[in-house]
Amino acid sequence: MSLNRRNFDALIIGAGGAGLNAAIQLANADLRVAVVSKVFPTRSHTVAAQGGVNAALANVLPDNWHWHMFDTVKGSDYLGDQDAIEFMCREAIPTVYELEHNGVPFSRLDNGKIYQRPFGGQSQNFGGDQAARTCAAADRTGHAILHTLYQQNLRAKTHFFDEFFALDLVRDAEGVVCGALVLEIETGEPLLIEAKCTLLATGGCGQVFRTTSNAHINTGDGMAMALRAGVPLMDMEFYQFHPTGIAGKGMLITEGVRGEGGYLLNGRGERFMERYAPKAKDLASRDVVARSIVTEVKEGRGAGPKGDHVLLKLDHLGESVIAKRLPGIRESARIFAGVDPVVEPIPVFPTAHYVMGGIPTDRFGRVVMPVGSGEEAMPGLYAAGECACASVHGANRLGGNSLLDILVFGRLAGKNIIDYVKDNPFHRDIDPSSLDYAVGRLKRWDQHGKGPSVHETREKLTRCMEDHAGVFRTEEIMAEGLEKMKEIRAEMPDVRLTDHSRVFNTARIEALELENLLDVGMALAASALYRQESRGAHSRPDYPKRDDVNWLKHTLYFLEGDRLDYKPVRTKPLTVESFPPKERVY
Amino acid sequence: MKFRVYRYDPESGQKPHMQDYDIETFRGMMLRDALKAIKAQDETFAFRHSCGEGVCGSDGVNVNGTNKLACVTPIADLKEPVEVRPFPGRPVIRDLVVDMTQFYEQYKAIEPWLKRKEPTPEQEILQSPADRDKLDGLYECIMCGCCSTFCPSFWWNPEKFLGPQALLSAWRFLADSRDQAKDERLDFLEGPYKLFRCHSIMNCVEVCPKGLNPTKAIGHIKELMLKKAV
Repeated sequence: MSLNRRNFDALIIGAGGAGLNAAIQLANADLRVAVVSKVFPTRSHTVAAQGGVNAALANVLPDNWHWHMFDTVKGSDYLGDQDAIEFMCREAIPTVYELEHNGVPFSRLDNGKIYQRPFGGQSQNFGGDQAARTCAAADRTGHAILHTLYQQNLRAKTHFFDEFFALDLVRDAEGVVCGALVLEIETGEPLLIEAKCTLLATGGCGQVFRTTSNAHINTGDGMAMALRAGVPLMDMEFYQFHPTGIAGKGMLITEGVRGEGGYLLNGRGERFMERYAPKAKDLASRDVVARSIVTEVKEGRGAGPKGDHVLLKLDHLGESVIAKRLPGIRESARIFAGVDPVVEPIPVFPTAHYVMGGIPTDRFGRVVMPVGSGEEAMPGLYAAGECACASVHGANRLGGNSLLDILVFGRLAGKNIIDYVKDNPFHRDIDPSSLDYAVGRLKRWDQHGKGPSVHETREKLTRCMEDHAGVFRTEEIMAEGLEKMKEIRAEMPDVRLTDHSRVFNTARIEALELENLLDVGMALAASALYRQESRGAHSRPDYPKRDDVNWLKHTLYFLEGDRLDYKPVRTKPLTVESFPPKERVY
Repeated sequence: MKFRVYRYDPESGQKPHMQDYDIETFRGMMLRDALKAIKAQDETFAFRHSCGEGVCGSDGVNVNGTNKLACVTPIADLKEPVEVRPFPGRPVIRDLVVDMTQFYEQYKAIEPWLKRKEPTPEQEILQSPADRDKLDGLYECIMCGCCSTFCPSFWWNPEKFLGPQALLSAWRFLADSRDQAKDERLDFLEGPYKLFRCHSIMNCVEVCPKGLNPTKAIGHIKELMLKKAV
């Protein structure tokens, strides 16, 4: 089969904050960089981030990166790697200034500096008073950042492959990654993009759950590509449920609402967070707040006719604050919940939101593989953003640290790829047989005949994940979930498409996405079942305590044989003292 | 609820036609939900969509004769049968999927990035809250294309007239106190077509799902040009 080919110095898969911030670095350094995205870049899900990005600028209250680091380590329930966390918290400051210089329309303080709001899990002086660390553009920070990054890439003349779907990584005989096979959605034709270095920046996988704040496109494509290339996924059991999704629908209502002074009420009108987190209350860490809400509802103190949600009250902030600081969520609440938060509370319930785990990388953005008792970088492959796991979020991510992670590590990966390409200046010979697998995956969907549809299989999968890998997990529930996932996997070869056309065949794209969701869902279900402790977002009533003796370690899931392995947490920071595990109270 | 949907598949050899679907509705259903339900019935049906909450700008379509963003359009507000077509004036790739290249080209043409002549400071470039307020109603554009593809001037001269989206973006940078390329931006907009083909028909304002006002932005640019000329 003759394939169309293009070649570049660097290939970036994904055009969200991580991919675009990496691309700017590369294009500014005059490298030929290709950005492949299955949607037009500004449709990437970074656009939906609301509340802001953390950086210890100290524009509102005293702050420094070291306090930010402490909060992030504590928030991670001590599972985060402290070298990567120190790096991220230090780099946050120049990263945010660079964004501002690039044009991001941040909200402003009277003195002209960037506006910062309090967010959950933030403190001054290592666990003291609330900090205000989240830099915001009203409640549309992700939108403001993503559009700015796209604009800067237009200026830098990045090569965009808009509406191209990445199928699989391509490697040479020695296993060096030398590009990817992609599918042009408009024509349905495959295209081989050769590159000296490839960055996976494909974002999250929230679509494995039925109710999620994630977009239709968040199907874990890069994670599944990594799995199929033999790379394990790390810490996939740690999936964050955002406390405040619109009840029954899942659209996000930013933590910034509580940062600005909003609070939660149960069906009896009680501020129940006072009972669960006496000090931080509504601004406790996300895992804590999500569990508290689910507990209130389970114990019969929910709101509404079915008692199946709680209420987020913010009318006391007044219309002018809401109009100025939270205009986007007012719009969302009106459209999707039918309430105007200026006069009545928003019905909310936790919604699947963010995967802390992902493709294991070191703090340079290189994808790492376990070798012997240590690990080695996989040549030619980097990962950044939600699809990657550096690991800066450990078992629970703090609000405002996600935009930060994608921007810091996207930027860093870009800078490091410049060096990598200098050291590896030539394209490598691609073994044609290495394309067979990816081409076969594509061809498989041309099969005719009767079988379950992609749509019904996807519904089965997302329902299974919702029922068996939610906020509270027991052995029994998860074991049943894993069995169901295995059944779905066994049925996959029978699934058929009825549409075998080429031009803009979205059914075929959804079939390929379903395969990705299945691989990533298996990683999540298997990793969750075997972690016998409660840590961060992984909450097990049958093992209610954190167990640092046995479980202060990262999980690795390999696709082959659904194998699990573990590796130690890097507790040693770059320059400061380590933060040893302590009981985590808010 | 009855839907009549525009269908076109270039590989089928069939001419474009309207196809009827009957969709079971639920309370709070949005047009995007209905399109997804159609897709579940008939997987050959193609449309773009993603975030489902009105921020990514993927699912602009023409509904009962006007442009709307499907995910924030409650079906309860729509007259039956609901007629769904692709954006007018754009080449159709398949079903509701149109080729938006021209629209994106016009956006790129205005050089939509902050331009600075001075070296950047160590910290942020300062901006007063009052100056920052001038960007409200501009930076929120999601580039869905509802406005430009509903603008008669853009239908007639899509290569020469920038269209409301690009002009709103042009004003977003002209209005930014941090931008230092005002003259070059205004010079670029000179001439009979790029800006001045706007005849204040205001279709853009009517259809913008984010409540933005490109006509007003165009008016501001014209004022600034006049000031510069005087």
